[in-house]
Amino acid sequence: MRHHSALYTIGFAALICAICSILVSSSAVGLRGRQRRNQILERQRNVLAVSGLMQPGERLKGDAIVERFEANIQTKIVALKTGEYDDSVAVEGFDQQRAAKDPATSESAAPNESGILRVPNNVVVYHVVENDQVKTIVLPIQGRGLWSMMYGYLALDNDATTVKGITFYEQGETPGLGGEVDNPRWKGLWPGRKVYDENGQPKIAVIKGQAGAPEEDPHRVDGLSGATLTGRGVQNLLRFWLGDGGFGPYLKRFREQRS
Amino acid sequence: MALAFGKKERQALLDPLINNNPITWQMLGICSALAVTTKLDKALVMAIALTTVLTCSNLAMSIIRNTVPTNIRIIVELTIIASLVIIADQILKAFVPTISKQLSVFVGLIITNCIVMGRAEAYALQNPPWLSTLDGIGNGLGYSMILIGVGALRELLGAGKLLGYTILPLTTEGGWYVPNGLMVMAPGALFLVGLFIWAIRTFKPEQVEEE
Amino acid sequence: MLEHYLDLAVKSIFIENMALAFFLGMCSFMACSKRVDTAVGLGGAVIFVLVMSIPMSNLVYNYLLREGALAWVSPRMAEVDLSFLSFLSYIGAIAAMVQLVEMVLDRFVPKLYTALGVFLPLIAVNCAILGAALFMEQRDYTFGESVVFAVGSGIGWALAITALAAIREKMRYSNVPAGLRGLGMAFILTGLMAMGFMAFSGIQL
Repeated sequence: MRHHSALYTIGFAALICAICSILVSSSAVGLRGRQRRNQILERQRNVLAVSGLMQPGERLKGDAIVERFEANIQTKIVALKTGEYDDSVAVEGFDQQRAAKDPATSESAAPNESGILRVPNNVVVYHVVENDQVKTIVLPIQGRGLWSMMYGYLALDNDATTVKGITFYEQGETPGLGGEVDNPRWKGLWPGRKVYDENGQPKIAVIKGQAGAPEEDPHRVDGLSGATLTGRGVQNLLRFWLGDGGFGPYLKRFREQRS
Repeated sequence: MALAFGKKERQALLDPLINNNPITWQMLGICSALAVTTKLDKALVMAIALTTVLTCSNLAMSIIRNTVPTNIRIIVELTIIASLVIIADQILKAFVPTISKQLSVFVGLIITNCIVMGRAEAYALQNPPWLSTLDGIGNGLGYSMILIGVGALRELLGAGKLLGYTILPLTTEGGWYVPNGLMVMAPGALFLVGLFIWAIRTFKPEQVEEE
Repeated sequence: MLEHYLDLAVKSIFIENMALAFFLGMCSFMACSKRVDTAVGLGGAVIFVLVMSIPMSNLVYNYLLREGALAWVSPRMAEVDLSFLSFLSYIGAIAAMVQLVEMVLDRFVPKLYTALGVFLPLIAVNCAILGAALFMEQRDYTFGESVVFAVGSGIGWALAITALAAIREKMRYSNVPAGLRGLGMAFILTGLMAMGFMAFSGIQL
């Protein structure tokens, strides 16, 4: 190999750096808009699906999703502890996961079995609005399954206790077993169940075996066969987020304000 | 410049498919082959991404093979490969975000994928651009073959589906097939590759290792 | 707090073992597991490099690259998001650390330096190291967490390769079918080991 002068080496290195940086930066900056849009679309699609505004298997183009979302859904920021709306926090760019990690915008979670260490001071909730009335509340939920942290949404009717839908858009459970939390058949068992009992305590349970129909057995849902721990994970995370450490105060206020 | 396609070119392109397969013979690129093959679509996207990065990197390295100063050779290689992977990752995030999320860190790991560095050092630095490009495509194809084979088997036996379409109806969806959980888990992939190697070496005894 | 770190350590050594659950570092895993002493040496070197480079990558990510990280330079820079440079930065940090470790070993522990030989620079392209850095970014670890994670992953990887080497040494006295000899057997052995390690899942401290 030829020996190159130091100047040549530096010059060559600089040239390579320049070319690479131009290529990398232009692709990153050029595609950033698209990527952000994808993230927003993903979230909107999940919220539409869980609130029943989008049929399972319905494939919508990006613009259609945005249109349907903006026509029907209001995004609100809620202070978790008091349950009050906080209009001072911007909805755009509010990252609930990031807020939960930052000690300045979060605090330690109440002891729980869902692996939730910190809760953010403010959380996002979605209202499905029709004729200026809130028809459905969509709450972001998360908690430990067997293998992974599961992330999803719970949709409640405007009595803040009847389930309208549930979905887990991110989970790493065993496909075919715990992964069935995302199976439409299992998700279909939830609408009509009631998450609170008469005293306002979270009572929803995922049991071993089969529960009855929603009218007769409102507080219990069939377990997933072969996936007891994942089912228990779902129960634990719901109990947490519906309790006083989660959306409890907010849902209480919501019910009071309606009556 | 005429792009010849003689014996040398054919060798560069076809050797890596069986004789010199990066995974089953050269022992390179194993990490990603195992982790991303749980579903066929993930395996396909990974295979395409790696083949593209490998081909471009081989081409780039071959072009500068006579001009790059020896003492910064490895860093230059790493820089070029890393830049190509970043671009590939950005493209994936923009156009196939769901699969990109499932692939998570493994796209970034193409940088340390031994195949890319390995072929750059072993071939691209000593051969002209056209041959290097073909070598890149060939090794990419060899890698893709194993990836797609393992991915297809894992998804089919583990979930009864191929590319999301049901082939063997599962009992949880009213069918008869009880999915093979082992195939979906990590060890299943290892067993499959082991069996692939056994099959290849049965037909090509010259690849069998000495006692 | 301590519980959280302990949980993270146990998780990264056993439950989310870099080699047996995520298959990172497989190339050198397969290639250097023929003898126990080589395996132990490589495992130790990997732990070394991990502990040096992951916390440093964490600092680089949190203070230079992520969105809003550059706010300490000047408030105007708070909008800059350089996270797309993370791959390049991590590999740079890793290569630099490997170089540093090489120099330190050569100066202070020359015996170990010669024993490791060519494997030390090869660690720079070991997917396990970059993989650990990328997991650290994906899971958004704090500095403390990244140190624990680095030590844990390193120990896990070293454990796995040493165990495989021990088994492969014993297998030399068995009758393995010709086609499976060597690499094929290594895959199947690793698969069985991975199954064994799956027994750790579900452990919550």
